[in-house]
Amino acid sequence: MKHKTFLWFVLPSATAMLLFIFLPLVSIIIQSVYVSHDQVIITVENCGPFGCRESTMIDQEATEALREGNPLGRFAGATTYLDRGHLAVTEVSEAWSASQNWRDFGSQMLNLPFYKALAFTLTYTFVVTPLVIIFGFMIAVAVNSALKNLRGPLIFISLLPMIINPLVGSLILFWMVDARGIVGAALQEFAGNPNLSIKASTPLMWIMLMVYGVWHSAPFAFIVYYAGLQTVNTETVEAAMIDGASRTQRIRYVVLPHLLPLTTFIALMQLMDNFRVFEPIVSFAASAHATSLSWAIFNDLGGETRQLSSAAATSVLTVAWIIVLLTPVLIRTWRDFGRK
Amino acid sequence: MSSVAHRKPVSLTIFLTIVLAGWVVLAAFPFIWTLWGSFKVEGDFFSKVDWAAALTGEMTTVETGGRFTGNGYEGAWIQEGFWRAAINSTLVCLFVVTISLTLGTLGGYALSRSPHQYAFWFLIIALVFRALPQITLVSGYLPVFFQFNMWGHLPTAIVVLIAINQPFTLWMLHSFFKNIPKDLDESAMVDGCNRFQAFRHVIIPVMWPGVITTGLFSFLLAYNDFAVTTMLLSQENQTMIPKIASFLGTTQTKGNVMFAVAAVVSVTAPIFVMIMVFQRQIVSGLTAGAVKG
Amino acid sequence: MYIWKKVALTTAFAALSGTTAMAACGIDAGRVSIVGNEFPAIHTVAKGAAACAGDAVDVKSNLTADHQKINVAGMQGNPAEYTTAIIANSSVVTLINEDVVRPLDDLVAAHGADIPKNQLITIDGKIYAVAFMANAQTLAYRADALAKIGMDVPATYEDMLAAAEKMRAMGVAENPVGGAYKAGWNLAEEFVNMYIGHGGEFFTPGTAEVAINNAQGVASLEMMKALTAYMNPDYLTHDSNATNAEMEAGNVMLMNMWGSRMGSLMDDEGAEAMVYENIKVGAPMTVAGGSTPATTLWWDGWSVAKNISDEDATATFIAMKNGTSPSILNDETMSQAVWMIDGYTPAPVNDGVFAAISMNAQPYPMLPFMGLLHTAAGDNIAEFLQGKESAEQALADIEAAYSAAAREKGFLQ
Repeated sequence: MKHKTFLWFVLPSATAMLLFIFLPLVSIIIQSVYVSHDQVIITVENCGPFGCRESTMIDQEATEALREGNPLGRFAGATTYLDRGHLAVTEVSEAWSASQNWRDFGSQMLNLPFYKALAFTLTYTFVVTPLVIIFGFMIAVAVNSALKNLRGPLIFISLLPMIINPLVGSLILFWMVDARGIVGAALQEFAGNPNLSIKASTPLMWIMLMVYGVWHSAPFAFIVYYAGLQTVNTETVEAAMIDGASRTQRIRYVVLPHLLPLTTFIALMQLMDNFRVFEPIVSFAASAHATSLSWAIFNDLGGETRQLSSAAATSVLTVAWIIVLLTPVLIRTWRDFGRK
Repeated sequence: MSSVAHRKPVSLTIFLTIVLAGWVVLAAFPFIWTLWGSFKVEGDFFSKVDWAAALTGEMTTVETGGRFTGNGYEGAWIQEGFWRAAINSTLVCLFVVTISLTLGTLGGYALSRSPHQYAFWFLIIALVFRALPQITLVSGYLPVFFQFNMWGHLPTAIVVLIAINQPFTLWMLHSFFKNIPKDLDESAMVDGCNRFQAFRHVIIPVMWPGVITTGLFSFLLAYNDFAVTTMLLSQENQTMIPKIASFLGTTQTKGNVMFAVAAVVSVTAPIFVMIMVFQRQIVSGLTAGAVKG
Repeated sequence: MYIWKKVALTTAFAALSGTTAMAACGIDAGRVSIVGNEFPAIHTVAKGAAACAGDAVDVKSNLTADHQKINVAGMQGNPAEYTTAIIANSSVVTLINEDVVRPLDDLVAAHGADIPKNQLITIDGKIYAVAFMANAQTLAYRADALAKIGMDVPATYEDMLAAAEKMRAMGVAENPVGGAYKAGWNLAEEFVNMYIGHGGEFFTPGTAEVAINNAQGVASLEMMKALTAYMNPDYLTHDSNATNAEMEAGNVMLMNMWGSRMGSLMDDEGAEAMVYENIKVGAPMTVAGGSTPATTLWWDGWSVAKNISDEDATATFIAMKNGTSPSILNDETMSQAVWMIDGYTPAPVNDGVFAAISMNAQPYPMLPFMGLLHTAAGDNIAEFLQGKESAEQALADIEAAYSAAAREKGFLQ
């Protein structure tokens, strides 16, 4: 394809991404290396319905001049990236020299917000992604072997967890897993412990978030695999059979290689989506037990005073991590691309 | 598929049946529970005393006189004007799906036919774009949109949804077009068509299964979106999901929670219909190779 | 699309103007656009302001739980999308910090002579907002439960602990104490209350240096932890909605709750008669022998954007004044809040807030950097309550998190 034709074909799509993703990305990177100007604080008297009292406020006139000179704020370089809310280099090196052993060092690291969030985010990503793939595959095989007439309704039921909106779906799930909800009560019965409460226990909360993650994403893997199974070349399978291949061998050497590209695609999308886990933490009110990088961004932007630079720095770090995670998958894609 | 080659051992059949039965329960139960509960009052569905109240509906009988009540639906659709949000959602979905598919097919086709390295890097960069947390993007849009007086209007939200949906659409359609043999359009070009004519006359007729599948994912994204629509739309332009969130609000008004539950059920219904209608195409679309990496 | 939108708007206005005479507020022209939080009292105010809509007066509102995420951006443009923001004493400082609201002295002189003086919020001698409702967290209790254990209404948190212990021992309730302890904003608010009750100062006076890692800070956290022993084990996920629901379900006998939420506790909806008839409102409690109640006073009010034309500012001022005038009070709206509006008759549900005011409770600190401390506290107290770290460590974490944020925002060098 000629360069010029290619350009025309991708132009509309590229323009949309340039304007609404690339430019914001650039502005986020810029934002992350700037911080607010030094604020001049003055003591004033505030009055209201509850009387007057001494208080402080920002001297707008004094700050105005600084703002006019440089509306972006004060250039801070990597300061925000390195501060306690992010990579926390000072705190980490202190923890390193102060701690006696790995355990101690680990617990000090988990006291830092970024590493605490990262620990959950990575655990979540690496537990949920493979489980989604495995369950999606199993469901696809099971649906595929069901009676033909049943398959339609089965596909539709299987897609339900994906199509129910996560925000509102988890409102109901949140109630179902409460100690007095139907699932929570069933668990108590099952565990024989009437005081068992998922919402009060950190390990149970982690497990619940991951179970929810698998439940919510398995349909995506399922539908992709199901479609893939429809295209397994029957002739190859039969040929393999005539050659005396056992059932296991047929699956191992014919079906699985056929599904490998699909697995790449699912892994790519799921790694990315799981690394950005956020909605369940908010809907399940789990932030006392588990935080993620996306949640940290939400928290920075959600306070009374919004911490834009901090949120920007966390966003850039998130993107950097995702690139690292995707690299193996991307190298594979590159080989595929070269082959075509 | 019914040949002897595919007959399974009994143990495997049993195992698969168990997997399937377990999954059907897991997948459908929360929704059925919600559907049932949406006809109850809050005191029953969210009973702090006994979850079984949602089944027996004691408070529902006390408060409304019947075992089932349509109060949630009435409150959401009539009192709170949910229909307006439904119209907005319809508009948003319609435009997002058509426009992102148009852009996506053009781009995806070009990416699948270009032998040059930059096509690969284009895809990779699109993927990196997709990695950006949505919440960061949206907070970046706000000052600009307010400055240019674009905030609050449906077209703004539509354009944003199209843009952030492009990476996924491009990846999916690119893999799909890769599986349409090159000979098809190249022979048309030998016959004197230019690239666009070849695309129009040869590729468009055969691309529908893949496009429909991709379209379904675009639809779900636009339909279920909360992060973008809640921050970028003004109240009169709200779509359904932010509207449901507003039923919950910061301080819940009594009864409004059941509006949300009823609305959740209402929102899911059209998707049922869609899946039923497009069921075959979804699978056949993917079958034609939409997602072969 | 545009047409039906217009039709919908016109119908809405027609419905409103049915009760209020057209252009009753005396605005000729202008644009009024309200952004604010979403709860019934604010809906009432927005509706009252919308009554001023007319041929040349456009009134619209965007009431959403996300109002804090969009109000600054929405007022920074020129002209600003929002001409007024409904804010509280915690959030007005953000708008002043960002310099997006205008002093109202001229407008008050010209059009607001009849606004009672105590509704005007002045900062450094300039009026920045007009308050219309007050709020505070106070005690809510079950009279029958206290009668059963033979104890008086708790006046201090120590009394509350004693009563809770007795209720548990006598089998009145397993977890008799409630509290909005959801990690994040709610939990931090409880800490602010408790720390003020202990007589603590959040900052070194006149600076942005945080100073909570002290004896009062530790005592506050210890008291909070002592209370959680009597709460539902899920307390870290309970916001005020969930806590209220627990009380209505008859599980909670004593709790510290927002004055604005008492009305819904005491009405006959969602609870059994035995429960709602016995829910009573008490004064806020003190702690550790202090005289300042462990609570904060809040107001909600409105301010006017800076980046709008004077005509729009005038229209906004008059419309909002109308939205918070005695005309909005009726049987339905009367119980929605503790209104600071003439003609408001307090009901028993409001006793708590009035008690808080008469006990000289402190207002929530109106400091430019308080929001950062609040966020930092909300993120770091849960680990202490769960027993994962010491009180000193939790306080040190709050201070460190705050300091990092304050450096980014330029409050600390």
